Amino acid sequence: MIRLEFDCSLRYASGFTLDAAFSTRTSVTVLSGPSGSGKTTILSILAGLLRPDRGRIRLDATVLFDSERRIHLPPEARRIGYVFQDYLLFPHMNVRRNLLYGWHRRPADAQPPAFERVVEILELSDLLHRFPATLSGGQRQRVALGRALLCGPRLLLLDEPLASVDETLRERVLGYIEQAQREWDIPTLYVTHNTGEAERLARQTIVLQSGRVVGVEPANDRGDPAP
Amino acid sequence: MDARFLGLAGEDWRAIAFSAGVSAAAVLASLPFGVACGWLLARRSFAGKALVETLLNLPLVLPPVVTGYGLLLLLGRRGWLGGYLFDYFGIEIAFTWTAAALAGAVMGFPLLVRAVRIAFAGVDPRFAQAARSLGARPLDAFWTVSLPLARPGVLAGVVLAFARSLGEFGATLLFAGSQPGRRTLAVQLYLLYEQPGEEAERRLWRLAAGAIVLSCAALAASEYLERRGARRDSS
Repeated sequence: MIRLEFDCSLRYASGFTLDAAFSTRTSVTVLSGPSGSGKTTILSILAGLLRPDRGRIRLDATVLFDSERRIHLPPEARRIGYVFQDYLLFPHMNVRRNLLYGWHRRPADAQPPAFERVVEILELSDLLHRFPATLSGGQRQRVALGRALLCGPRLLLLDEPLASVDETLRERVLGYIEQAQREWDIPTLYVTHNTGEAERLARQTIVLQSGRVVGVEPANDRGDPAP
Repeated sequence: MDARFLGLAGEDWRAIAFSAGVSAAAVLASLPFGVACGWLLARRSFAGKALVETLLNLPLVLPPVVTGYGLLLLLGRRGWLGGYLFDYFGIEIAFTWTAAALAGAVMGFPLLVRAVRIAFAGVDPRFAQAARSLGARPLDAFWTVSLPLARPGVLAGVVLAFARSLGEFGATLLFAGSQPGRRTLAVQLYLLYEQPGEEAERRLWRLAAGAIVLSCAALAASEYLERRGARRDSS
């Protein structure tokens, strides 16, 4: 189990302000809220791709960001696996090279899942030599998930994994995510604008609106013993 | 009489080979700078960016003779920088092979930078972010993701700059001169034009035809590389 503490604010030039604080220590946390409520902004900040104006982020004992102490770990030092909403598979590499990109760059102390096991669970063995442009949406999704898992992440970020998947495939994609969860138990932050979608995965749901946390269900984990 | 091949005198072949060698060296030497400038212009905003862009594009709009004269003022034996190089290191640049390459590089550079910049502008910067989140340091992400994705456009820019350098006349003539054995294709063409007689005229025609073939091949290569890049993105 891992503990994530997030308390950051960021003001965009457009006027949108994110000012959100939450902490979680469950295996799957769902971030939900209408589009434009700041969900993807939070993921970008967690991954280190966006720098907040002020605040603090801690993942267990590691401080990822602290504006007062001037700490801002670069993305490559955070070990956070990010599955982007549009996947961002590298178009010039085949599936195998996409999957192994992060694996080759894993830090010495990381213990990523075995390549063969990821290929097996996500049913990728027939796709390894194909290029992303020739894959269907559901296939790209699985490759993106596998690529993120193979970098040996301490935290997994899933941005609207069902948004661009065909209605009929949603159940299957959720099944893959569930199975990966059971197999490797990597703490996951799951972003969706549809609260019902991830109910069966969620241990905790954080509801966002206009850049603020407006609800936590079930109530915060304050009762748990401190680590 | 020179030995002939395809009706061109040895001297004409030497001019073609000299031009091709000088242009290849010019493009290869300016490629790292061109990629750096193009990437900076596509990806970063900084103070004075408009000024940098204007200066980079200057060789496109200035009369080449002015550019050549500028190079001479800067790097000639009594030039601002050239005088220093000659006095302290005994290095002479003007009227050498290097001068011809430098003139070609300066003239081709704006085209190279423009192509590189458009190539990087067409690559979603989030691919590099994805690479970073997978553990790649910035330079690693650039080499393995951004640059390969921009490669077709960069190669097209290389070909364009090569062709521009191949045809350079004004800047080369002023800065590198026209001594035999150090004549570029364009300079040789001009000297043939100045020579009286039917023989010179025939050579002029053949050499001009050769120049047209070389230029068409370069353009076709550039077009092919751009199409190949476009096809991969859409397939």
